[in-house]
Amino acid sequence: MEKIPILKMGRFLLVTIQVDMHDQLAMQLQEDLTDRIVAVRARGVLIDISSLEVVDSFIGRMISNIAAMARVLDAETVVVGIQPAVAITLVELGLSLEGVRTALNVDRGMAMLQQQLAAEQG
Amino acid sequence: MAVVHRSVLPIRSQEDIVRVRKATRESAVVQGFSLVEQTKIVTAASEIARNTLDYGGGGEVEVTLFSEPPRRGVRLVFSDKGPGIADIEQALKDGFTSGSGLGLGLSGAKRLSNEFSLQSKVGEGTQVTIARWR
Repeated sequence: MEKIPILKMGRFLLVTIQVDMHDQLAMQLQEDLTDRIVAVRARGVLIDISSLEVVDSFIGRMISNIAAMARVLDAETVVVGIQPAVAITLVELGLSLEGVRTALNVDRGMAMLQQQLAAEQG
Repeated sequence: MAVVHRSVLPIRSQEDIVRVRKATRESAVVQGFSLVEQTKIVTAASEIARNTLDYGGGGEVEVTLFSEPPRRGVRLVFSDKGPGIADIEQALKDGFTSGSGLGLGLSGAKRLSNEFSLQSKVGEGTQVTIARWR
């Protein structure tokens, strides 16, 4: 069965979505990610959607759900690489991805997660 | 209206929704849409295709590339023979859903299109038309 790979980088999980996902694949990712967060005690999740040319309300909801679930499991989520055309369309669609932290690219997203973790460890 | 090209795609599975997105993107590219215009019509098509599958029990979409000088555009007509929509005004409101979604599908697709129309008869089915042009 096709799956979106989830990579572990230290205390963080990295997901790069490179295919146009059908709905079931998106649901599967949601489940796999929450399982992995618990299994590896991840403190952060970085989702790179720079290859995604379309984010409709279903995918948008999945992203919001992942962020909410991760928060409940004590992990922060940062979504990176939203294409400008996708950002424009998302807002016009009426989706603002509230509660989801975003960064321009993977480097900045990773820095965000590291700062957060360092601040908590004081 | 001069029809440049017309094709019909089935909407019977989630994979079909992905195919509708792909066909809409290709049509928008052929018509010379900008990246933002492409993204808007593809996103709108994705929303309506999912409604056709989830609420209409499946159906089909007719994709038409048209030319009405100086306009060139893409028109998509989604039809299903599902239960139909009893209260169309309510269905078009942001946040209204009879399912588990966000209720942005119809209202969002309308905002992303230059042309939008919805015909529905309870017990007979629903037809949604969206179009964008440049």
